[in-house]
Amino acid sequence: MIQFDRVSKRYPRAGQDGLRGVSLEIPQGELVFVTGHSGAGKSTLLRLIPRLERPSGGRVVVAGVDVGQLPRRRIPLLRQRVGVTFQDHRLLADRSVFANVALPLEITGVPRREAARRVRAALDKVGLLHKESSRPEALSGGEQQRVGIARAVVNRPPVLLADEPTGNLDPGLSEEIMQLFSSFVSIGTTVLIASHDLELIERLGHRTLTLRQGELVGDRPPREVA
Amino acid sequence: MARRPERGATPRRRQTRAEARAQRKALRASRRSEAGAGASLLAGPLLYLFRHRQALTAALQRARGAPLHSVLTSAVVGIALALPAAFALTLDNAERVAGDWQDGAAQISLFLDRDAGPQTLREQAEAAAERAGVAGVEPVTPDAALEEFRAGTDFDAALELLDETPLPPVLVVTADRGLDPGAVAELAESLADDPAVVRMRLDQEWVERLHAIMTLAERALWSIGVLLALAVILVIGNTIRLTIESRRHEIEIVKLIGGGNGFVRRPFLYEGLGYGLTGGLLAWMLTELGRWSLAGPAHRLAATYGTEFTLSGLGPTNGLLLLLGGAVLGVLGAWTAVARHLSAIEPR
Repeated sequence: MIQFDRVSKRYPRAGQDGLRGVSLEIPQGELVFVTGHSGAGKSTLLRLIPRLERPSGGRVVVAGVDVGQLPRRRIPLLRQRVGVTFQDHRLLADRSVFANVALPLEITGVPRREAARRVRAALDKVGLLHKESSRPEALSGGEQQRVGIARAVVNRPPVLLADEPTGNLDPGLSEEIMQLFSSFVSIGTTVLIASHDLELIERLGHRTLTLRQGELVGDRPPREVA
Repeated sequence: MARRPERGATPRRRQTRAEARAQRKALRASRRSEAGAGASLLAGPLLYLFRHRQALTAALQRARGAPLHSVLTSAVVGIALALPAAFALTLDNAERVAGDWQDGAAQISLFLDRDAGPQTLREQAEAAAERAGVAGVEPVTPDAALEEFRAGTDFDAALELLDETPLPPVLVVTADRGLDPGAVAELAESLADDPAVVRMRLDQEWVERLHAIMTLAERALWSIGVLLALAVILVIGNTIRLTIESRRHEIEIVKLIGGGNGFVRRPFLYEGLGYGLTGGLLAWMLTELGRWSLAGPAHRLAATYGTEFTLSGLGPTNGLLLLLGGAVLGVLGAWTAVARHLSAIEPR
């Protein structure tokens, strides 16, 4: 589903490498953690997939499409197929939770009634159906994160990316959110989560990629969890 | 040596082209599978309509979110459009008045010798009536002229003192309406050549001057119209630019989750269209208001000249043209802002 072929990303301003010669392959329906210290290139790796960044070298291929060579006007199509959640949630403060989650459907042109049905299904999945008319700022951090997840999955994208989804949540909530991500794998979604919560990652036992200074230094296969 | 890189380059280019084809195929396939899964995505013209209704709703919601801002912009556009519209209307009315006057204006007054009797007057009138380019001849006898003079003035007592009529017999010749000013002048000269005619007077110069002024005013109207149209485009463009600026965060997020340029652009274009249309409507209302407030004075002014005159308004055709003009300027203004500022916003 996702292939990196000797991908490098260089930030000319910062004068440092975001990624150096990273090659990896993630099959469909797998949940993979990306871990490493801050600045190791976790975010860069994630941002290359929906073409929020363009690789300086190498190829990033998502669902058979070379993302780096994609013409500008086709980028929106790619982003519709890749759900992303952010550490800072990136929600629209002047719209309700419902409207925030409905935004991707608005973009793809899903009729109102069908959209409402899907939005409610997504909100139900993250356990926030009762908050659909609230404003994002009225919600807790964990709830906002879950709204972000609902928005990322409402279009049923084949790829789901999460950048530090548990960044500032307490352990109980973190586990809950991770379980939520795991549940999407069962419907065939490919999930990629950047996190530095090593303890939690260890406990969940999924495949884990480790980055250090932009290089892939570890690729631990999934382990059967008892 | 020099050919080697060329050889290397050709197959590589081919390869990328083939790759591009494969990519397009993959992207299409992924879209199809999505459509199959959703089974409710709209297609073709329905999707087009849906998209536009969506954008219209979004634009209306934004306008409702900032009512004062929207009303002020519409007001500025309305006033800017009302100025040339009112100017054009004034000119149109003035031309109508001038046209009325011109109907009777190409008149040639032929003053005959004071000794000429009614018989000569009649003969001269018949002769003049047969000339080409003459629409009508009205003989005015000295007595009739005196009557008219008495009725119009208070010189009765003075006139009583005179032994004989001081006025000469006059022929008032009306030229054909189709004659241009030069031909009318020629006709007048040839009529004046008759030995029985002592003096000739042609009231035409002022009509020519009036027309020159009208042409000038029309030209001025065009320049003012073009300038104000530019002003409307700039005002709307600037308003849309501010809206884009204030929605930067939202635009970033929309692009982040796959909103294309069209999706982002459309509501702004509708916003511009809205400003243009409401501005046009306001301009129409303003000109009608102006006409209504001037109707009384205009009527009284016309009455002093002994004519009936009502100010004409824009009418439905010109009114709709005004709306259309506003709409076109609105979309143009929005487009200038959108083209410059929207593509600059990329998600971080």
